[in-house]
Parts: sequence; C-alpha cells; structure tokens
Amino acid sequence: MKTKTELVNTSVFFAGLKPEELEPIIKLIIEKKYERDEMLFFEGDATESLIFLASGVVKIFKTSPDGKEQILSIAHPEETLNELPLFNGGLNATSAQAMMRVVVYMINKRDIEMLMRKYPLVASNVIHILAKRTRRLVTLVEELSFKRVNGRLAGILLENAVREGQSGARLTQRDMAAMAGTAREVISRSLKAMEDDGVIGFDKHKLIIKDREALKIISQTYS
Amino acid sequence: MFTMKPEIDKDKCDGCGLCVGVCHENGIMIANKTVVVIDEVECDWCGLCEAVCPNDAIRCPLLIVFA
Ligand code: SF4
Ligand code: SF4
Repeated sequence: MKTKTELVNTSVFFAGLKPEELEPIIKLIIEKKYERDEMLFFEGDATESLIFLASGVVKIFKTSPDGKEQILSIAHPEETLNELPLFNGGLNATSAQAMMRVVVYMINKRDIEMLMRKYPLVASNVIHILAKRTRRLVTLVEELSFKRVNGRLAGILLENAVREGQSGARLTQRDMAAMAGTAREVISRSLKAMEDDGVIGFDKHKLIIKDREALKIISQTYS
Repeated sequence: MFTMKPEIDKDKCDGCGLCVGVCHENGIMIANKTVVVIDEVECDWCGLCEAVCPNDAIRCPLLIVFA
C-alpha cells in the first residue's frame, strides 16, 4: 500500500508540483479503513471529500428504481472514487462498497478547492482527470443504451411489419427514433448494425425483415 | 425502375437548403423558397436529406415487410 507521501508524489492530481509544495498536502490527508461489504458512500449523499483508494477494491454502482444494481466500475488502488460529484458540487451519483478490506485516503473538499486556487497546475490536472472519466462514462452509456435501443427497435419493426404486397405504416427513421425514445442518429446506427448482421435489409423504400427469429430474440433480450 | 420521391411538407420547409447540399445524387433543389426533388430516378432513399433537415420537412418513410 502506498504511504500518504507516495500518494501525493504519484497522484495525477498533484503532478508537476514541487516537493516543497507537496509537503503540506500530505498533512491534509485523512486515512480511513473499511471492512469488506461496508459502504464508503451512498448515492444521493453529499460529497465532503475526495477519496483516493489506497488499498483494496471498491465497487462503484447505481441502483435502479426497481432495485437492480448496475455496476459502473470496479476501482483499484490509486484511483479516486468520487471526483465527479466533488467538483460539480452535487450529491453522489453512485454508491461505493468495499469488496474486500479497504484503506482510503481522503482530502476535504475545501482543501482541494484551496489547492486548486493556489496551484493552477492542480486545476488543470483536475480537468484532465474529469475529461478522461467523462469519456469512460460516455462509452458505457453508449454501450448500454445501444443495446436497449436495439431491443426496442426490434420490437417496433416486428409490430409494424406487414406481408409483402400488403399496405402498412410507413415509418421514417425519425418516427422510429420517436417511438424508441432516442435520436435519429442512434436508430440509424442500430439499423446499420442489424443490416450488417443480416437481420434486416433495404430495398429502396422498403425495410425487409430477413430474420424474424433473430429480431424476436433481440427484442426479448434487451427490452 | 424505382421512382418515388422523398415526401416534402411545404409548410414545414423554410428553404434552408441543407438537404440540397447533402444529396449525393444532386437530386434536390430549391424553387420558390421550398425544396423540390428533381431527380427521383436516382434517389436511392439514403435518407441523408431527412437526417439533415432541421424542420422534419423532408421524409423517406420505409414500409416494413417480412421477407
Ligand atoms: S434520400 Fe438521399 S438520394 Fe434521395 S433525395 Fe434524399 S439525399 Fe437525395
Ligand atoms: S433541409 Fe428541410 S427545411 Fe431545409 S430546404 Fe431541405 S427540406 Fe426544406
């Protein structure tokens, strides 16, 4: 496990600071231990300090309204657990639970803010860290919502399909997006993926369902 | 031969010309401040005009059929 001194020396938050500038930061660190399964913080609580994981593994998750747990990430030593809510001044967007014995180092929010004011370098490090974290979240959201959109879209196609020669609803991609609760671009991508998989095809103004069974499975799995 | 034009809602179209620019068949033009599809033969229903239109004024609806 890293000591407090090693933490400030190696953390990206304080990268670029001189040794004499790092020295006083060490004194700001508070150490805390958690047993396995113990909660570090809860979704919806106020964020008081920036938490660095010193040792152990922590599960970062959200609970859906129907009680399902969605694990967003597993944090490993040297990662921070709550920089997003800390810097937007809001409440914790996630919960965190120790998956084994865990030691954390904490720096009070006011102290972090003071450091950012005092050392612009720290502020720019923070921007860097936040940007990286945001990118990771965006990717996750894309993966999750893409699967769900696929599921909904599959259902919409099945519901609105007619036999060749019959007349039926003619839907634009924008219509499908509105029905699936998403953007046209997402539907476009989704249709393309289904086309690549050979599930559907296009013939001018017709969307042809080539593999009805596959579409049913997609619809049932992800809706 | 396939001849069917993207549907145009003249009330919604403000003649901004965005669709004209994206049509890879150069099949669209603006006349009297609204859009007209001039080359319906070449239109392959790619939907780019629909995608770019800010007013939902041009549409390429699809009939969904079982194979
Ligand atoms: S669907 Fe494509 S080819 Fe047809 S008019 Fe629109 S942009 Fe042009
Ligand atoms: S993009 Fe839409 S509003 Fe603009 S000219 Fe084309 S149809 Fe009209």
